[in-house]
Amino acid sequence: MSPRFVGQALKRKEDPRLVSGTSTYVDDVVIPGMLHMAVTRSIHAHARIKRIDISKAQKLPGVVAIVMGDEVAANCGPVPSAGEIPDLKRAQKPLLAVGKVRFVGEPIAAVVAADRYVARDAADLIEVEYEPLPAVVNPESAMESSSPRLYDEFSDNIAFRSGFESGSTDEAFKNADVIVKERFKNQRLAPIAMEPRGTAANVQMPDNELVVWSSTQVPHLLRTQLALMVRVPENKVRVIAPEVGGGFGSKCDIYSEDGLVAYLARKIGRPVKWIESRCENIAATIHGRDQINDVELALQKDGTILGMRVKVTADLGAYFQLLTPIIPTLTGLLAPGCYKVPALKFDVVGVLTNKMATDAYRGAGRPEATYLVERIVDVAAQALKMDPAEIRRRNFPRPEEFPFKTSGGVVYDSANYEAALNLALERADYKGLRKKQAELRKQGKLMGIGLSSYVEICAMGPSVAMPAGGWESGNVRIEPTGKVTVLTGSSPHGQGQETSFAQIVADELGLTPDDVVVLHGDTARIPYGIGTFGSRATAVGGTAMLFAVRDLKEKLKKIAAHLLQTTPEKIDFVGGKLVVTGDSGRSINYTDVVSAAYMARNLPPGVEPGLDATRFYEPSNFTFPFGTHVCVVEIDGETGEPQITKYVAVDDCGNVINPLLVEGQVHGGLVQGIAQALHEEVVYDENGQLLTGSLMDYALPRAHDFPEFELDRTVTPSPVNPLGVKGVGEAGTIGSTPAVVNAIVDALSPFGITHIDMPVRSEKIWKVLKGRKAS
Amino acid sequence: MHVKITINGKLYEADIEPRLLLTHFIRDNARLTGTHIGCETSICGACTVLANGLAVKSCTMFAVQADGANLVTIEGMAQDGNLHPLQEGFWEEHGLQCGYCTPGMIMCSHQVLSRNPSPSEQEIRSALGGNLCRCTGYQNIVKAVQWASRKLERAPRVAAGD
Repeated sequence: MSPRFVGQALKRKEDPRLVSGTSTYVDDVVIPGMLHMAVTRSIHAHARIKRIDISKAQKLPGVVAIVMGDEVAANCGPVPSAGEIPDLKRAQKPLLAVGKVRFVGEPIAAVVAADRYVARDAADLIEVEYEPLPAVVNPESAMESSSPRLYDEFSDNIAFRSGFESGSTDEAFKNADVIVKERFKNQRLAPIAMEPRGTAANVQMPDNELVVWSSTQVPHLLRTQLALMVRVPENKVRVIAPEVGGGFGSKCDIYSEDGLVAYLARKIGRPVKWIESRCENIAATIHGRDQINDVELALQKDGTILGMRVKVTADLGAYFQLLTPIIPTLTGLLAPGCYKVPALKFDVVGVLTNKMATDAYRGAGRPEATYLVERIVDVAAQALKMDPAEIRRRNFPRPEEFPFKTSGGVVYDSANYEAALNLALERADYKGLRKKQAELRKQGKLMGIGLSSYVEICAMGPSVAMPAGGWESGNVRIEPTGKVTVLTGSSPHGQGQETSFAQIVADELGLTPDDVVVLHGDTARIPYGIGTFGSRATAVGGTAMLFAVRDLKEKLKKIAAHLLQTTPEKIDFVGGKLVVTGDSGRSINYTDVVSAAYMARNLPPGVEPGLDATRFYEPSNFTFPFGTHVCVVEIDGETGEPQITKYVAVDDCGNVINPLLVEGQVHGGLVQGIAQALHEEVVYDENGQLLTGSLMDYALPRAHDFPEFELDRTVTPSPVNPLGVKGVGEAGTIGSTPAVVNAIVDALSPFGITHIDMPVRSEKIWKVLKGRKAS
Repeated sequence: MHVKITINGKLYEADIEPRLLLTHFIRDNARLTGTHIGCETSICGACTVLANGLAVKSCTMFAVQADGANLVTIEGMAQDGNLHPLQEGFWEEHGLQCGYCTPGMIMCSHQVLSRNPSPSEQEIRSALGGNLCRCTGYQNIVKAVQWASRKLERAPRVAAGD
């Protein structure tokens, strides 16, 4: 039977509460007697703490408690971090600094007071005497033996070295007609979810249950880790992720403040809430990217790629958050992009510096890979005087070569890269654009066309490749009235799974999405789950739910067959009825079968009462969405101002449950990826001072920075899961950044430019153009 | 200091510290938590409300400055259980994802449409320059405002809360 709701652009079930201002985010949680926490943070990048004077703060009326590093370290474990890399130097972060601070914004003391203003006043009255130490800021000089060290206990600032080689790159480079080399900087970014982080905790009577509300993407992981961190039995902890105002990876983590709030609520015996300010968010919530990529590509003169060498220098910051050392290693998995690269050498070094930790920010290691491969392929095309579309086409694996094992070590599930490229070129009128470009160049005007053909790794992921399980849970309950409740381990924070999951269930049971309620984000309600990150919710969580609803369908079929005196194979779900196929006269209402399951007076032998199924789905592989983006940029020759005049994105995320949600994900991803290319950068000065510490200085993109995006799709279902979906949360971010920079370099190529580093602001282009003449 | 502030037609009176931000008065004193705080530097616009008909960022205004003012927040937009056309527009056009910026976006959009009932795409994009969204890429927010503009042309409502 063809689906009725899957594939339809249904309006979201989530929206009425959100557009009316009646939803509950963490800061909206109010419990009688609630206290507020504020944090005193380091003003130095690297310093010894000589003395902390809390006397003035203690005297402030309304202050209830002040805690510092030694007390907290004696009672709580450090910030959890994962990563199994040989000889890894584990830079563990205590919840509050002990003896030394290692980045601007590091928590030193926590104050709890009756209101948030008093808490802030008291935190500012705490006097910290520092002995400043030389700051380690540049990751390359940080590796030198003469560099100051962040940790006395480590021999140097190199946290790890890792790498692999598949095929022989020596051979490939020896046989090459052309070798191109370039160094790309992938700058440090701040995720900036519009809702900053926040956590509230309360020890609830009569069972002394520690109830924690947190703006998190991973409520169950937070529960497990908090239990370990503050030393409470896990079954006495309940984590609730209420409405979560965006994450982009930054809330896929456990932070100092989560532990502090939980510790203080238990210590004081009253509810405690902490809400992050935006300045704290930029200083002390994880950053993303921050890699230097040295890339060499060996090619034949017809553009065929023979081999690639990639060296990654990853600036990890001062301490490890959950996935800090893992992220740059992911770059290696995807370094070949959507090309046949017979030989690949990948080396990565992770370096400790006096900055906030880097971790998973939308794309997490894959945007870096896509950027470096899409840039170097364009550099090669420029050197070979080939059309950028042609060099890409020449190196794509053909559709019949899938599943395709890459030199990066993963197996791409399914794709037709050329179809997506061709559609994007057609939609953009690529030939017409090149003609227009030639005309504009004659007039001395700067216009560039940039392509980016990307593939990415989604549906994270098989557990063998994940630090803490890559499966997901799905629980489906058909209530006695026939209404359906879904409990999913996925923990959406804007993606819209309350709608898309209801569409899937409605089609399975012949109901409407209004009959289905999808619940998430409360560990007391939801079976253990992994959470939402790595574009996994629908592909992994949706599949777990699908399996659970299909279990219930089998049971309903057995009961219906028993009542209709036929066999279960002949039963189908149609519009609120269970019908006998080929015998349209015989059917039974869905609600009557459900009722029979609960009344349990006339069940077939061996069938238990009730309708409740839980499944844990372990994916056999990642999924690999792909696509091609075309960006057109015009540059003002006088000011260097780049303007995007056209943007076409063709994405293939496999089957689509709700095109409205897919387009929304692509739009948002595009803006984040384009903003990396043009605007955003976290900047620390040579002393490790954070120069972009508020939204006055950190350039977030605005509505008028963009043209209307033109979107299209090819559909190549994934064979990995029965839904055929691949995931779309990060595609826009991954595909767009190189398309923009390629367009700018294309515009500047008459001046002999082969690369320009991000963020490509007008000032940078203006400097490049100054004194140069077009050839 | 003693203030009297009308929010969504209801009078709130309180003795407050002079430094209390308007946004905290709305959220903590009036318990209207639909108004959000996203940056504390007037950049993000999540805290936008209407004060005497003008869109203001309530995180950079003191509550005492609003003494005697008539405020409308997101909670005051729907009337008799019916969403305001802007709220409908955001729902219809998928103009929100996480929803955190949405109340501010809607309040700012209200001012946009009250000044120019049929703005062009570019005019909407420029007028929303003081409101940041990290999820939607803005495209569907523009469409949402256009949707509301069309609906309001058919059945005009002169001010929020009307």
